[in-house]
Amino acid sequence: MIISARGLRKDFTVSRKVGRFRRERHVVSAVDGVDLTVERGELLGYIGPNGAGKSTTLKMLTGVLTPSAGEVTVCGLEPVAKRTTLARRIGVVFGQRSQLWWDLPLEDSFALLRHIYRVPEADHAARLKQCSDLLGLDEFRRTPVRQLSLGQRMRGELTAALLHGPEVLFLDEPTIGLDVLSKQAVRSFLGEVDRRGDTTVVLTTHDLADIEKLCRRLVVIDHGRVVHDGTLDELHARYRSRRTIVADLDSPWPEGLTLPGAVVTAVEADARRITLALDGMTAGEVVAALAQAVSLRDLSVQEPNIEDVVAKLYRDES
Amino acid sequence: MARVQAALVAAGFRRYATYRQATFAGAFTNTVFGFLRCYILLSVAATAGGVMAGYTGPQLASYVWLGQGLLAVVNSWTMLDLAERVRTGDVVADLLRPVDPLWTYLWTDLGRAVYAVLTRFLAPLVVGAVAFGLYVPQSLLTYPLFALSTLLAIVVCFACRYLIGLTAFWLLDIRGVMMFWVFVSGAASGLYFPLAILPDWLATVLWVATPFPSLLQAPLDVIVERGGTGHALLVCLGQVVWTVLLLLACRVAQASAVRKLVVQGG
Repeated sequence: MIISARGLRKDFTVSRKVGRFRRERHVVSAVDGVDLTVERGELLGYIGPNGAGKSTTLKMLTGVLTPSAGEVTVCGLEPVAKRTTLARRIGVVFGQRSQLWWDLPLEDSFALLRHIYRVPEADHAARLKQCSDLLGLDEFRRTPVRQLSLGQRMRGELTAALLHGPEVLFLDEPTIGLDVLSKQAVRSFLGEVDRRGDTTVVLTTHDLADIEKLCRRLVVIDHGRVVHDGTLDELHARYRSRRTIVADLDSPWPEGLTLPGAVVTAVEADARRITLALDGMTAGEVVAALAQAVSLRDLSVQEPNIEDVVAKLYRDES
Repeated sequence: MARVQAALVAAGFRRYATYRQATFAGAFTNTVFGFLRCYILLSVAATAGGVMAGYTGPQLASYVWLGQGLLAVVNSWTMLDLAERVRTGDVVADLLRPVDPLWTYLWTDLGRAVYAVLTRFLAPLVVGAVAFGLYVPQSLLTYPLFALSTLLAIVVCFACRYLIGLTAFWLLDIRGVMMFWVFVSGAASGLYFPLAILPDWLATVLWVATPFPSLLQAPLDVIVERGGTGHALLVCLGQVVWTVLLLLACRVAQASAVRKLVVQGG
């Protein structure tokens, strides 16, 4: 167990203006009793709506914020008390902050980090080569960071966070604002980090495609509490997300027609396109029944949508 | 010097070496103001019979032209990135490094100062020497003492600016503090006029109770050999004391700023 948090809380005191001079203070719990354990080598998706407490949790795990209550250890260390020791063993990327030296070429930042983290030259070179191959850094490693595009900079940030060979990598919205290609590059890179298995990754994101492609385990937090901890499939099962069949028909769908094991959820395009949600039967059985009932032109089977199920979860909790 | 420090100094140097036009523009401005200040002070000295507050003509020229160069070396008018990083929250990245940000900033600033010595300091020095003729120190010991005094001035100025940067943890916007600093540090460091023209009691208070004379007046008095080697050593000793006190103050203020951030959140 490389990360362990029990009853983790963070309260902020907020003062609000009441009348002309008076201020009323009240306590807001950004994180309200989070229990979390992460095993070595896991890639954990940590998601939640804006203001749910994701970044606050991450700050407590990295030692830049003291918990109001609860116990937390990362790599066996108490983060705040051992922040500088822990810094050598973790890597952090905040999607909206930069840890690179703005005015210097990217490779100068990398060289500086080697000295700051006292990484042996051979290790540094090997890790840099690995990252460089996977992320295609060569074309812009001599460019000053201030001239990099967001996608290039994020590739640089990921590399910078990994050069000292951290045991845990914390990523706070690493794909925010990136174009499709950069997102894919970041995702396939993280997939590769995960496959190698020596780095534990905690990933917060609003892009659920990141989660779908990368994370076996998903922790959802809302109002400072964990509302789901498990696989994506378990989340779908909990909300009874169903696969759907979309069929284009030669003639309009006969009104009132029902099929066993499926529910009609939409009838569109002059009743020539129908959507059926599977309900207890396999896709094959439903398609066979459908083909007997009507004349089919085209057909597709769709997996349950992660956005929908997560939206349901967020709505339920609010 | 260990390799981390050397790497940070080199990074600070390279960072500023990127902006050549800014370097040129800065050196040009410093030189133009050098002419203005030099003519004014020399004419004041001329009306006073050639010597002003104990400075002869060549000493005054040295005071002005080396001062114009040192201004860029100690860099008292430009704030560190720290305050901006606190305001934007980027300071979190500084705290997540295995090294103390105070030292990271100090070594980087020393790299900047080395670059400034080679460019912004040398340019007005050469112009002043050609146009007015500068004071030539009588003792060889003066040169290393001047180098030491300048180094201490850089560190004292760094520590002052770091403290101002740290106020951002409480104030978020440091513009008020900065304007106050620019005004006071200019007047009290001997940038606008030699502190010796002030009433004795005021000059003494400034030298003993404030770090400002350590920024410029100290190295300038050392190089024009005001008061001889004994006085120069005393001036450097004073700078050492301020260096230690201010760096300690930085440590204490930083610990409290980080505690505030870490406990209350930012």
